[in-house]
Amino acid sequence: MAEASYPEDLLYHAEHDWARIDGDLATLGITWYAQDSLGEVVFFDLPAVGAAVKKDESYAEVESVKAVSDVIAPLSGEIVEVNETLTDAPQTINEDPYGAGWLVKVRLAEPSEREALMDASAYAATLGG
Amino acid sequence: MLCLLLASLRYVPAALRRTPLYDKHVEAGGKMVEFAGWEMPVQYEGVGAEHAAVRERCGIFDVSHMGEVEITGRQALELLQRLLSNDVAQIGVDVDGGGAQYSVLCREDGGVLDDLFTYRLDTDRYLTVTNAANHERDLEWFRLHAGDFPDVVVADRLEDYAMLAVQGPVARGVVQAISDRPLPPRMRAARRRLAGHEALVCGTGYTGEDGVEILCAPEQAPALWDELVRRGATPAGLAARDTLRLEVCFHLYGNDLMVERGPIEAGLGWCCKEDTGFIGAEAVRSVREAGPAERLVAFEIDGQGIARQGNPVEGGGVVTSGTMSPGLGVGIGMAYVPAAQAEIGSALRIDVRGKMRPAVVKQKPLYRKGS
Repeated sequence: MAEASYPEDLLYHAEHDWARIDGDLATLGITWYAQDSLGEVVFFDLPAVGAAVKKDESYAEVESVKAVSDVIAPLSGEIVEVNETLTDAPQTINEDPYGAGWLVKVRLAEPSEREALMDASAYAATLGG
Repeated sequence: MLCLLLASLRYVPAALRRTPLYDKHVEAGGKMVEFAGWEMPVQYEGVGAEHAAVRERCGIFDVSHMGEVEITGRQALELLQRLLSNDVAQIGVDVDGGGAQYSVLCREDGGVLDDLFTYRLDTDRYLTVTNAANHERDLEWFRLHAGDFPDVVVADRLEDYAMLAVQGPVARGVVQAISDRPLPPRMRAARRRLAGHEALVCGTGYTGEDGVEILCAPEQAPALWDELVRRGATPAGLAARDTLRLEVCFHLYGNDLMVERGPIEAGLGWCCKEDTGFIGAEAVRSVREAGPAERLVAFEIDGQGIARQGNPVEGGGVVTSGTMSPGLGVGIGMAYVPAAQAEIGSALRIDVRGKMRPAVVKQKPLYRKGS
């Protein structure tokens, strides 16, 4: 995806992560800005299904050619599904960061944590235009 | 989610130096980062495409951040023979230019201060290309020792040259098409007019591909860059330069070479000629004779994962360079390991941020043409 984009239907964390909330489940991923800053993603080390993730803490690592980066959880919960397709095609994170490039799905532990996340325009504003 | 490493890559303080090609990089969509005090393009379109362009066709790199030191005078050879590890007397010269030679610069204890290419420009004139991060220290070292040789002048030529590396299987063809005369062969350097610009063309590079490196006046670099890009050279950044050189196991100073280690353990004994009496020769000789305690090996990760600089190797080693190889599709790198673990085929276990990743010691270079 060549052009910056921050879909309106997602919630955002300042560490460049997004969440798509559906009831007590949330799909998590990294933002267009994050994947653009990293450059071509060459490895995503899948976390384990069943592992706990805690808001504001790292739950996985994503690697580009040049850098390793922690992925910070925007919300707390338990991982119920991981995107297995990223093992063979980690570049999907660059190509479609909000769709096929999702990272994990979690069952939310504290649904009220969403109050602390930003909407698309607030997040885009943190990037300084 | 961006870690400190990435944050530091993105942060570009105002005091950084820019090469004469800075505007060209920005025009081409280069992502500019700090490198050794310079603001350099880490990539344009993407490291994968740039890497492939160099392996398959032709890429062009701005390496103007590298420094140049010119050594002139009747004792130029004597000074260089004292400083450089290789036998500088072997660099020939004739009416159509001179030879090129790789060497290391050592301290008395054999610790490596830099690795350098030296070109012979004339009978008593040599040009040595330094790594950007080491240029000032090298210059000081050259000048300190030049004091013992009255008939030699050491001149800082960093400001006088821009440097372009044009690399890839068709790179020579691209440059030849704008050259007034045939290009010098590998490991030779000669003056040529390229699209009308005076340049020193050198049959050297850092990618494992055929090609040339071009030194020219800074003010001529943008026109030369444009002409070569117009003729099909793909701009390539530091990220591709790193993956290309690591696949063929070329050393990067600051990663794989350092003052704490000598050339023998780095696998650079081939460019050390102790009989010339260079500074550090005795230390190098004793390590060569006794055998080094550790060796720099090339490895491939067996399975998933990418080892990085600083990752410990079980048994007392350390990774000095690591990346994902675009050509091989696996994590690759180089590491210093105890000599007993350095045999080809040895199994290594690398601690990658708490996860033990298996790796195998491989023959250098890791990437071979057509493999």
